[in-house]
Amino acid sequence: MATIVSLDPRVTRMEIEQDPGSAPEPKAELDQFPTFEVFHQERTGAHHVHVGSVHAPNADLALLLAKEQYGRRGQTVNLWVVNTRDVVTMSANDADIFVTTPEKTYRDVGAYMVRNKVEAYKKQMGDQKS
Amino acid sequence: MNQDAVKDLLVRMADDVLILAHRHSEWTGLGPVLEEDIAFSSVAQDKLGHAQALYAILHEHFGMPDPDVMAFGRAEAEMRSCHFVELPNGEYDFSLVRHLLFDASEYVRWNALRESSFEPLAKLAHKIHGELKYHLYHAQTWIVQLGSQGSEESKARMQSALNTAWPYALGLFETRPGDADLVASGFFPGEEALRADWEVLVQGILTKSSLNMPQDHAAVLGGRDGYHSEFLAPLLVEMTEVYRIDPSAQW
Repeated sequence: MATIVSLDPRVTRMEIEQDPGSAPEPKAELDQFPTFEVFHQERTGAHHVHVGSVHAPNADLALLLAKEQYGRRGQTVNLWVVNTRDVVTMSANDADIFVTTPEKTYRDVGAYMVRNKVEAYKKQMGDQKS
Repeated sequence: MNQDAVKDLLVRMADDVLILAHRHSEWTGLGPVLEEDIAFSSVAQDKLGHAQALYAILHEHFGMPDPDVMAFGRAEAEMRSCHFVELPNGEYDFSLVRHLLFDASEYVRWNALRESSFEPLAKLAHKIHGELKYHLYHAQTWIVQLGSQGSEESKARMQSALNTAWPYALGLFETRPGDADLVASGFFPGEEALRADWEVLVQGILTKSSLNMPQDHAAVLGGRDGYHSEFLAPLLVEMTEVYRIDPSAQW
């Protein structure tokens, strides 16, 4: 039986039959490892920020693999991994619970105009010094 | 300083890591899972960097050819790699076991070289310490997983790969005629001392992995004198193909 000849010598060395004769067995559904969410810390004391996920059979390997996927480029001092299953989340359909009516500006920080008062105070203190 | 002894030491260290970097890189695109494929390829790239740094020291301080010529321009008999790094990858079990045994030796060796009386080497040892610590962590995590945390099959396969690799791994510590001078001048602690520290480190990891350290103490030697396994020549043909087409090619 002829085997596949590739420009990649590694593929040629695998001696894969050109015509396998029968169709490959179908893969089992969901035969992949579970996922772990990865949180990355850029410098000591900074927040851990979610950067993505990795497939891994358990937490030890998730941490190991996360190091290379997310800690390889740029500054990193620490990583967290959390099993995706353990992340408690809302339903995407419930996004509307975050919508608030626009009239209640008194609930927003931007509604409080303290800058004028601060400027006036600074000016007053400056006047007193001179 | 005994220049020949220094060259012998640095060339064999560099050649080991160059050849193993190439072997590791053969897994690129074929690794068991995507994340591990990337991680193992990245280890291979780090290794290549260590080889380059050693060749650069040889070039700058000892008048040897530049790193590209050292890596790609030498005949098989001029290479000083040991048989251990030349062996084909086989299955992933063997590649992981080799990764562990080699990186435990690299960790011990470079840890000692941080105190080397030869400053450029001591500086390099400090620079690559983090990478080596990570390589050992990577190898150790997998070996523990597939040993004590794995199935009967994975444990049996790791033990079998370990038994196969062991006599070759001992070849990493072949003593050379000039070594005594280097030990006396504080250049490095000597292969026997390194091997003793390596055995302690490896024993600890194998115990955690529920694997048995092989008791065979006959090392496979020859590479340091240019007598190589049958696997090096085809590897060199493949690795140097582009260089031989155009030695002036920019990478």
